[in-house]
Amino acid sequence: MSEEQKSEGKALTGDADREAKLKAAAEARAARAAAKEKADAEAAQAAPEEPKPPSPRQPELDEIVSLLKREVHEDAVLEAYVNELNGDMPTVVADGGRWREAAGLLKKHERLGFDYLRNVSGVDYETHMEVVYHLVSLGSKRELAVKVRTEREAASVSSATPVWASANWNEREIYDLLGIDFPGHPDLRRIMMPDDWVGHPLRKDYEPHDPEV
Amino acid sequence: MIRTEELLLNVGPQHPSTHGVFRIVVKLDGEVITEATPVMGYLHRGTEKIAENLNFTQIIPYTDRMDYVSAMTNNYVLVHAVETMMGLEVPLRAEFLRLIVMELQRVASHLVWWGTYLLDIGAMSPFLYAFRDREIIIDLFNELCGARLTYNYMRVGGVKWDAPPGWMDKVKEFIPYMENKLQEYDNLVSGNEIFLARIKGIGRYDAQTAVDYGLSGANLRCTGVDWDLRKAEPYSLYSRFEFDVPLGKNGDCYDRYRIRLEEIRQSLRILKQAVQQFPEGGDTMGKVPRAIRPPAGEVYVRIESPRGEIGCHIVSKGKAEPYRLKFRRPSFVNLQILPKLLVGETMTNLITILGGIDIVVGEVDC
Repeated sequence: MSEEQKSEGKALTGDADREAKLKAAAEARAARAAAKEKADAEAAQAAPEEPKPPSPRQPELDEIVSLLKREVHEDAVLEAYVNELNGDMPTVVADGGRWREAAGLLKKHERLGFDYLRNVSGVDYETHMEVVYHLVSLGSKRELAVKVRTEREAASVSSATPVWASANWNEREIYDLLGIDFPGHPDLRRIMMPDDWVGHPLRKDYEPHDPEV
Repeated sequence: MIRTEELLLNVGPQHPSTHGVFRIVVKLDGEVITEATPVMGYLHRGTEKIAENLNFTQIIPYTDRMDYVSAMTNNYVLVHAVETMMGLEVPLRAEFLRLIVMELQRVASHLVWWGTYLLDIGAMSPFLYAFRDREIIIDLFNELCGARLTYNYMRVGGVKWDAPPGWMDKVKEFIPYMENKLQEYDNLVSGNEIFLARIKGIGRYDAQTAVDYGLSGANLRCTGVDWDLRKAEPYSLYSRFEFDVPLGKNGDCYDRYRIRLEEIRQSLRILKQAVQQFPEGGDTMGKVPRAIRPPAGEVYVRIESPRGEIGCHIVSKGKAEPYRLKFRRPSFVNLQILPKLLVGETMTNLITILGGIDIVVGEVDC
């Protein structure tokens, strides 16, 4: 854990009341978001299902998933689907505990060869955090989005920087703005906000420490 | 024996060669850099956070202010992302206008780069030439949308303004003019011995390093990697036009310089075909729902900006505002390689290498 996270902790314990309130508010928000998600899922199930022809990119996805399961671990993939909104982008939700190993395989395996990490985004879903890695193979032009989920409190995702150097500043930015820790990152410091900044502005429950700034 | 001491030197954030408020702290042994630490954030405005409280049309002007040297491509990546999510059709005339302004923008942006790069290295007059010709493009944009730098021109489903009468003729006149000027600049500068001594073999890296660092644009293609999104993953109408992707092989500042000049020529080539095929009539706005609410889900789209891959990642919950909006900014990603390139170089080369990467700080910090 870095210095600013520690000092942030201190600032909050100074006011136990406020901390309790914040925690209660966070829990309530998480519960609301979870209830809403459940309701949405039920509504989706209630709708009559129309059988759709499988996407032409489904085999691509299946191959990636089966390789990950065989070479990394049976449980390395939590979920896999083609993202229809995004031109059927193959998308994989990777298990956080095996993500580093999976990343290495995605880059190195001759059938995959995802050598170019084009983007890393962090998303605060209120029930959990998610880091999305957008990959492409420059040789085959195949694309893949990998999501790694983590809990909101003590959010942590294994760093992909040892695999793709381009993850470095992207992960620093996510750490800075969303407060996700990246164990294995060579130089995890704030990058946009000042070093003594309190809090992580892109979190949905962010409240400025000093409203006048 | 001369005794040398390590010197800590701060460059920026107010320094003309850092092209904005970029700061770098270097450790020097004599004149040689032993360590370089970039310090960003002086221009961080929290665009992504602000966007979470705005609807998509309201976000467009914010994209102008990221890479303010190439606002048109920023406009495009956002509206393109929303259109992809909503499955909207853009009328042909509007798409042509978008493509034409994006290519004009590429020319203008590369001219700014060319002028300021030479200025960094010590040549004053090319800067004046470059800005004179860029001014013609800026005037064209001004006539089109009433702004010189922050255009706010594109909309989800089309463009805000149709080309005024006679505008396209001015673009047509500009193309041969610029081709001639480009040749003139090439003759004037590209063979200059002093200039070549300053940039040849400087800031070298190989293709594997470039790919590993996620470099894009001329920074990637200077190593010979054939990756231009207009060709590799065509968007807009680029597959309709003939153009080449200039490549380097040495991965040095000189190759990046050559590529950017050649890209101006290729953009003019695209423009020539585009103004010829420009449809006579038609709408400039497609059928767009009154409230723009992309369906719940997410999308990542990317286009080739003058600086490389600019991407837009939208997470939507079906509302008029994005739940999360993330921009993949080429300047930010390309800059990561700088500390690696600087170790062992002299202070003079810091300016040469930094300029060669071609950053816009509004986009680094966002």
